[in-house]
Amino acid sequence: MTQSSILIWPVLLPLIFGTVVFLIRGRSVLLLSLAGAIGTALASFRVSHAVHQSFTLVHEVGGWGAPLGIVLRADGLAAVMLGLSGLVGLVISVYSLTYFKSGSRKQQLFWPIWLLLWGGLNGLFISGDIFNLYVTLELVSLGAIPLIALAGTRDAIKASLRYLLLALLGSMSYLFGVGLLYMRFGVLDLAMLGNAITPDLTAYAAIALMIGGLIIKSALFPMHFWLPPAHSSAPAPVSAALSGLVVTASFYMVARLWFYAFPALDLAKLGQLIGLLGCGAILWGGWQAMRQERLKMLVAYSTVSQIGYLFLVFPLCNTAVEGSGIAWSGSILFAVSHAIAKSGAFLAAGIFINVYGHDRISELRGAGRQLPMVTFAFALAGVNLMGLPPSGGFVGKWMLLKAAFITGQWGYGVVIVCGGLLAFCYIFRVLEQFMTTPDENAPQLKAPVVMTYSVLSLAVVAVSLGFFTPVLLGVLGVDSPVSLVSFAPEALLP
Amino acid sequence: MSTSLIYAITGIAIAGLGLFHFLSQRNILRKILAGNFIGTGIFLFLVSSADRQADGPIDPVPHALVLTGIVVAVSATALLLSLLCRYHDETGSLTLDEEDDE
Repeated sequence: MTQSSILIWPVLLPLIFGTVVFLIRGRSVLLLSLAGAIGTALASFRVSHAVHQSFTLVHEVGGWGAPLGIVLRADGLAAVMLGLSGLVGLVISVYSLTYFKSGSRKQQLFWPIWLLLWGGLNGLFISGDIFNLYVTLELVSLGAIPLIALAGTRDAIKASLRYLLLALLGSMSYLFGVGLLYMRFGVLDLAMLGNAITPDLTAYAAIALMIGGLIIKSALFPMHFWLPPAHSSAPAPVSAALSGLVVTASFYMVARLWFYAFPALDLAKLGQLIGLLGCGAILWGGWQAMRQERLKMLVAYSTVSQIGYLFLVFPLCNTAVEGSGIAWSGSILFAVSHAIAKSGAFLAAGIFINVYGHDRISELRGAGRQLPMVTFAFALAGVNLMGLPPSGGFVGKWMLLKAAFITGQWGYGVVIVCGGLLAFCYIFRVLEQFMTTPDENAPQLKAPVVMTYSVLSLAVVAVSLGFFTPVLLGVLGVDSPVSLVSFAPEALLP
Repeated sequence: MSTSLIYAITGIAIAGLGLFHFLSQRNILRKILAGNFIGTGIFLFLVSSADRQADGPIDPVPHALVLTGIVVAVSATALLLSLLCRYHDETGSLTLDEEDDE
């Protein structure tokens, strides 16, 4: 066993446990699932730690190298994402222990699919070639969609059908791009492709197809319309996984291709186009979030808005301008903190639905008095979404803002600030309802303990993420495609 | 015109027909079939790229890709069809009506 073989465990463990819990019945399902979740999370953390300690890990599965074999590669970016999926996945698993009724059919179906989805995500993060990225992306979609349909309602079925049809279109487009690239350059490996690629018509057509397909899958405005119904009608732990991890994974793929496979090409114009779409997402998503009547729809539209920020990295990180690498670290930091905060917000919304039986914002008056801990957790997640210090959202937004000024693209700076104001409005609309005094004879309510504390732990991590920025950037700096500027805090000052 | 070029062009044509149908049809079953058309076209295109060196051996990589792609497409189609059955049971409809789009 070489050291790099630790790479297989974050993928293999959830697949093994997922298969086993699919086959068994009874109480041992929960125990085995929890064991699988803890094992997966530990395996992910171990890889992140190993990358942080030394360097990029490369593992050829079964000793078969590229092009026919599967190569797993964990560099700094992959290590950050693995750590993220380990943390969020573990909390979602703990939350789900009591979310589904014990022994119910939903519980029985949830665990195998969720573990499969998690394994697919981890596989996506450490895939070393563009075709395995396609396969793992499909695994993620095929795991995510049955989980939405698990809610069993008419809305959920409809949303998952629409999601799957669009996802199919997106992945076909991506696959076509992969085919073009292979035909022209004869390689699939990301690193080899990065060296082999030359600017010609085939390459640009392939890029347009691949990135276009991924934009559908990551719900970037104006392809966002499938996301709010899908994410809001799913069961709460599933919504958290979708908004927290699945969307981030599609963004990760775009970033991976852009900065690792296509750096030799001049993509400035495409970057500006994506930047404009990102701005549209920030403003439209924020505006729609303010108008929603239901908590989960509001949180889902907030996801639409925050995805826009992630995609600002493409116009802002311009290797020609010194110091614009800060946009790269900023957007990854933003992706991590958004994933944690958004999962927290969805899990909190799940508790409200669990206790009150609905999520109509106007009828959640006084929830702050009745469910103080959950409200506190939701508020902490909200602080992150608004981008107030010391949250990770603040540091990420600040870095993006600074990159906008360094590259002289002030317009993006304005949109970044406006998006923050919109987030402020929609989060406070909810908190205002929570903080009003409930009716005199409102009953005391008991929040489910395990669920409450799992939400709280995510919210606390999200808010304190700003303090851990140096650690995160340290991991991200391992084989970074962009020269990261000094990690010292004063580098962040204007 | 080499054989593989004919295959490639045919593949793109099939995928294009599928895409047109996918976008123009409202019936979900037809959309699913159109999605499969797109897939088939792309697979044919991929297979045609195996003949990369004129005299050399056939490149096995595209075949491996297509095999994997077919597995993925079959699973996605199965999932789509079962979701559609459930949707039809619940609503009696075969289209996604657009009233809740924003």
